[in-house]
Amino acid sequence: MRCVLTDLSLTVNGQSLLLDKSGAAWWEPARTLIFADLHLEKGSSYARGRQFLPPYDTRATLLRMAEVVSRRTPARIIALGDSFHDPLAAERMGVEERAMLSALAAKAHFLWITGNHDPHPPAWLGGTVMAEWHEAGLIFRHEPRADAAPGEIAGHLHPAATVAKFGRGVRRRCFAGDARRLVLPSFGAYTGGLDVGDPAISSLFVARFHAFMLGAERVYAIPRQAGRRNRSDDIQPMITAIATTARP
Amino acid sequence: MLPARFHDWFAAKGWTARPHQLALIEAAQAGTGVLLVAPTGGGKTLAGFLPSLIDLAERPRRSRASRLHTLYISPLKALAVDVARNLEAPIADMALAVTVETRTGDTPAARRQRQRHAPPDFLLTTPEQLALLIAHPKSAQLFEGLKTVVLDELHALYNSKRGDLLALGLARLSQLAPGHRRVGLSATVADPKPLQRFLVPQPPDGEALAQLVIAKGGAKPQIAISASDSYVPWAGHLARHAMLDVMTAIGEAKTTLIFVNTRSQAERTFQELWRLNENNWPIALHHGSLAPEQRRKVEAAMAKGALRAVVCTSTLDLGIDWGAVDKVICIGAPKGAARLVQRIGRANHRLDEPSAALLVPANRFEVLECNAARDAVLAGELDGERLKEGSLDVLCQHIWGMAVAAPFAVDALYDEVRSAAPFMKLSRADFDAALNFVATGGYALKSYDRFARLRQIPDGASKGLWRLAHPRLAQAYRLNVGVIVEDPMVDIRLQSRGKPTGSGGRRLGQLEEYFIEQLSAGDTFVFAGDVLRFEGLRETAAYVTRTNDPEAQVPSYNGGKFPLSTFLAQRVREMVSAPERWHVLPDPVQEWLRIQEWRSVIPKPGQLLVETFPRGNRHYLVCYPFEGRLAHQTLGMLLTRRLERARMKPLGFIANEYALAVWSARDMSGVPMGPLFDEDMLGDDLDAWLADSNLYKRTFRNCAVIAGLIERKMPGKEKSGRQVTFSSDLIYDVLRAHEPDHVLLRATYADAGSGLLDIARLSDMLARVRSRIVTRKLDRVSPLAVPALLEISREMVARGEVEEDILRENEDALIADAMRVD
Repeated sequence: MRCVLTDLSLTVNGQSLLLDKSGAAWWEPARTLIFADLHLEKGSSYARGRQFLPPYDTRATLLRMAEVVSRRTPARIIALGDSFHDPLAAERMGVEERAMLSALAAKAHFLWITGNHDPHPPAWLGGTVMAEWHEAGLIFRHEPRADAAPGEIAGHLHPAATVAKFGRGVRRRCFAGDARRLVLPSFGAYTGGLDVGDPAISSLFVARFHAFMLGAERVYAIPRQAGRRNRSDDIQPMITAIATTARP
Repeated sequence: MLPARFHDWFAAKGWTARPHQLALIEAAQAGTGVLLVAPTGGGKTLAGFLPSLIDLAERPRRSRASRLHTLYISPLKALAVDVARNLEAPIADMALAVTVETRTGDTPAARRQRQRHAPPDFLLTTPEQLALLIAHPKSAQLFEGLKTVVLDELHALYNSKRGDLLALGLARLSQLAPGHRRVGLSATVADPKPLQRFLVPQPPDGEALAQLVIAKGGAKPQIAISASDSYVPWAGHLARHAMLDVMTAIGEAKTTLIFVNTRSQAERTFQELWRLNENNWPIALHHGSLAPEQRRKVEAAMAKGALRAVVCTSTLDLGIDWGAVDKVICIGAPKGAARLVQRIGRANHRLDEPSAALLVPANRFEVLECNAARDAVLAGELDGERLKEGSLDVLCQHIWGMAVAAPFAVDALYDEVRSAAPFMKLSRADFDAALNFVATGGYALKSYDRFARLRQIPDGASKGLWRLAHPRLAQAYRLNVGVIVEDPMVDIRLQSRGKPTGSGGRRLGQLEEYFIEQLSAGDTFVFAGDVLRFEGLRETAAYVTRTNDPEAQVPSYNGGKFPLSTFLAQRVREMVSAPERWHVLPDPVQEWLRIQEWRSVIPKPGQLLVETFPRGNRHYLVCYPFEGRLAHQTLGMLLTRRLERARMKPLGFIANEYALAVWSARDMSGVPMGPLFDEDMLGDDLDAWLADSNLYKRTFRNCAVIAGLIERKMPGKEKSGRQVTFSSDLIYDVLRAHEPDHVLLRATYADAGSGLLDIARLSDMLARVRSRIVTRKLDRVSPLAVPALLEISREMVARGEVEEDILRENEDALIADAMRVD
């Protein structure tokens, strides 16, 4: 028998969150699956400006959501804001895409956190709409705050990281986190990334943090320098590797 | 034939008009399109303009309306400017009332506007500017009196996407100015037919050809090959061993151009030469990554004759006449006979004196290649080019431009497009797909119809014509015109040591983003002639400091890599398989081939040699197709997949220009080579592999930008290349998953199939060697395999892969084993 490392989890303010390779976070004790920045209907939003990106991004994003949902079977789904690319995005969704979203909503209760792109998600979506949500020492909101109390789980920044080896650079979306906070990668099919070295991300952290880059099989933890220097209350992050055994 | 005024002018200069110059005047009088093929220094440009000058000389300008008479199009705006300057002399000397102006991206907006309503007699411009001119609503007035179009350096344009854009522009000009004729000027090409087609509108069935005028060749060039009978390197591309010879050659000439194939070679060569430059000769560096100011400075010093030598890449291949250059040195493989001719022609722009060139091969295979190239050039034979079909992404851009000019009828536009030679065979289905792409994105899912860019006029006299849906789209078209898509680039800024990263600094030039992304802070590399230390990336600039390290780690940046031409590859294969021709080669190369003949076999013409042998605890399979690195890499990928399925456990492969080596934990000699190299491998895995390769994604990005899916620039703010790259990959993934036969993916595939990955070439090779594979099972490495195996260890070490057996592999031991005669 040998052990295969399948997942990493990060403990944020005492709560253990599993960092799924898809870019969602799985808060198992609360049976809650967390997504950030779905940006549904971004493609059709550009089409209004007559730039015709392939009109399949909403479909692609919902298919990937459905895949994680079927693996994790959550009771609740938290979408951390910017779920829709613009205020009219939900109205532009196609029949098929609406059915896909309804199918997800039938499996788990949706908690829609509002974002700057979607301050007022439409009522027909169902679920609950809130600006932020506090539970068990965690705070769910769209945009991370520099002065946030420990336990903030946010999106908005679309973190991405690059590692270079063997003469080749690999750039991937990533989680950015330490023991006090976690920023999720954007989940939407057409969402770009901001390098974690950018002060907008690195200055949220003290001393150091990790970029958890999305790989084909699991996420990879890459240490990064924080934008803020040592403070006396620097806490070491707790990253747990979850291994499963595989037959030889 | 020459009017008195012109005759006198020639006489005053001490010249006589050349026969091809007279032939072009004759063609003008007959009103026929004509292609002039002439070597450098043949008075080609003057030949192109003479008929127009004569025509206008008869008629005083005051008596004519202000009308454009001759449109000149060149691939380089610098060349257009240069030609304008060269026309000044004859016009002034003969007191002709002819106005000449250039129009490039640098021309001030006010002058560009004035050129529309009060054009000069001769307008000198580029294919992109022509696209803009014909997309203007008033283009008909501008071109109605047009008599002649002169296309310079046509060989560099006709078989490329820029050529497609130009061809479509010319097709439109045929509608706007039905009476005009075209003159093509070209360097010597293997097959002039495609260029002759390019110059005249193609009829719906059959083909039309412009008249062909071939100028008498000049003096044969004197080509020497630097060779040493004592030492010829086995691998590598730097030719360090020959730098003293190069210095000597520089010393013998007044001004020398030193051509290399890549920018990193240029940097290294420049450094090597300065190390030996005891006389402090002014030797400069010129390549495409250097800041434009710096390049201009070198060019100006060159024009003044202030330099002894310039180390350069293909940036100086074309065009501008330096006059004083009297020697050309080519370091490394020539890659193609036509390229070599072009480069040699840079020395001595006078037809009757021979150009002097020195070829400096950097390794043994390059010795063969240099000899093959010299033989070809002296025999007057050149590489043929595989003719590409007109690109669909360029067609999309053109359709958009035509809607900007005026509402169009779709059938008429289809016919017009097919009159352009590259689009002769365009199917109506492909044309409609391009039209739909421009109108609504062309997706199977019709969700964008209400946002359409093009709409059909619903009623009235123009019913059914397609028009632009919004005037803003005209502006967007103008910002996106052209087919040159730059790789995302990063500025290189030099900052003082000790200052925090990102705080200002002089701009040294630009490098591709993917190169910079591989660097970590502290890495050193050579750029702009200095060893630089990478400090960090901030926004779109990489900050560097100078260091005193004599040796940089020099990860290479591959700008300007050309594949070995099919034609030259053929000649190298012939040379290898003809022992009676080896006597011209230096001793070490002869010895190398003789031991190969004895140890293994020298393949006969048309055969593909496949060798297998063990070494260390590995087994190798090495084949020698001579088809260029790209084709070999694709072959390597396909072969390893097949070997994997045959449970041969391949561990890796490496390709160079001449050979491909695969290594494995198992002996591969038992594998039937016929089926292994069967052509059907191209169907097997190719598509899956292609679709995920970065090269392919970059190709998609280019097609998407050209077709107008991704905007190159936004009005007011320029999108940086960085942003475009990231989002185009996302778009590609979604499109490929949901609509794999979309017109843009087909355009991407066509690009990959032709030039980019040399798939067509690989397929030709596999067909050629079918049932002509010679296999040899050897007990140890063969001499021919050594260069490829050396490359394995180099590449692995450079990539930081610590593999014990590779590191233990000692270069000397490898060579000793290969050359041991027992």
